Amino acid sequence: MTEKVKLLSHVEAINWNRIQDEKDVEVWNRLVNNFWLPEKVPLSNDVQSWHTLTPQEQQLTMRVFTGLTLLDTIQGTVGAVSLIPDALTPHEEAVYTNIAFMESVHAKSYSSIFSTLCSTKEIDDAFRWSVENENLQKKAQIVMDYYYGDEPLKRKVASTLLESFLFYSGFYLPMYWSSRAKLTNTADLIRLIIRDEAVHGYYIGYKFQRGLEKVSEAKRQEIKDYTFELLFELYENEVQYTHDLYDGVGLSEDVKKFLHYNANKALMNLGYEAMFPASVTDVNPAILSALSPNADENHDFFSGSGSSYVIGKAVNTEDEDWAF
Amino acid sequence: MPALATAKAGAEAEAIGTRSHLIYFSSTSENTRRFVEKLGVDAARIPLYAKEAPLLATEPYVLVVPTYGGTGGEGSVPKQVIRFLNNPQNRALIRGVIGAGNTNFADNYCMAGDIIAAKCQVPHLYRFELMGTPEDVQRVNQGLEKFWTRLSQKQK
Repeated sequence: MTEKVKLLSHVEAINWNRIQDEKDVEVWNRLVNNFWLPEKVPLSNDVQSWHTLTPQEQQLTMRVFTGLTLLDTIQGTVGAVSLIPDALTPHEEAVYTNIAFMESVHAKSYSSIFSTLCSTKEIDDAFRWSVENENLQKKAQIVMDYYYGDEPLKRKVASTLLESFLFYSGFYLPMYWSSRAKLTNTADLIRLIIRDEAVHGYYIGYKFQRGLEKVSEAKRQEIKDYTFELLFELYENEVQYTHDLYDGVGLSEDVKKFLHYNANKALMNLGYEAMFPASVTDVNPAILSALSPNADENHDFFSGSGSSYVIGKAVNTEDEDWAF
Repeated sequence: MPALATAKAGAEAEAIGTRSHLIYFSSTSENTRRFVEKLGVDAARIPLYAKEAPLLATEPYVLVVPTYGGTGGEGSVPKQVIRFLNNPQNRALIRGVIGAGNTNFADNYCMAGDIIAAKCQVPHLYRFELMGTPEDVQRVNQGLEKFWTRLSQKQK
């Protein structure tokens, strides 16, 4: 790589007592409160469960995780760092350093899973597969090209699509295992990653929208067109990648629904309307409830019969400043 | 320090009354505001900053509240919404809550809605993600219409 990495040309001492955008403080605090390390998750409790998977299922799981490792590595060492020179406030720069570090924690956590569950040879084989799989490499290359490009807004689009869309062909599998009561500790760890990526995608998408306010209407239209083109390009590749991974276990169609659902959320993070219609985003309820136990629509008064709805289930965690 | 307390109270702007049947909070991300605008009904926004005049409900209303993550419920309800509900009149007029959030937050998805529903003894009517899909908009519009009709029939 011969390109010179772009760095900030001028830095002033950051003053956290002069805030230009409250969102920077809010997200910084959220990220700090969410901080975690893989060592806190009892992964070794999954050893027995791991051995109930067939060799094919084990191989699939390892491949999925090396694919996710690659994305986290890119986001940690290039993606989040590439956003720093374009930051609108010094506090935004600081948030990106937090995001970059956390992506490196995510990348490392997959290695914790591997060393707990697999042999060195299996690990090496899976990493070799990640280098050799065309569609995985292509997805990495598409995103990397934009990170090295000279358009700040396009970099944020690529980054948000990575955080909020590209991970999900991989995240599907641990949620699937979890819904079948397999690798549940691994799933707990992945849920922590999923939570982080939501805040990252939300924040980068928010900063994208702030940046969009500063450009002309023509430029805004150009960026919108570009966003949908890039999403389509990544989507087509993602479908291929999904087939590479999941055809052998017959889950590809189920995974694609999850892709559509998350593509919509990625667009919303960028301030655009959802694109995929409800008919193709009907994620398997078991996957959705593995992701969030509250996502089941029967929880809702509007969706349920209403009669069975119980008001006021106990919530024992409260903030101090309630007056009642 | 009573003198200080008086000075502080005096500096607070007078409350602005609203007759809207939909009251919402939205941060500068504007996701919840976008959702509410798509509903196309009259709605009032809870002010973002403490220096702004507080909002006072004068009619029964449904509250739309986002959750930005967090764990175990702590810090889930935005401070501005807590301040709004600390006013007994606002609390007396709430009839239901609609939660916004992201399923990526796992247990904490729409937690602010759960907490408010439990504290105020009203139903958590619906949950949606980010700025909501067209289906969410349709379901909430239909749901709210039925909900208000049912409530008004009960009162007769």
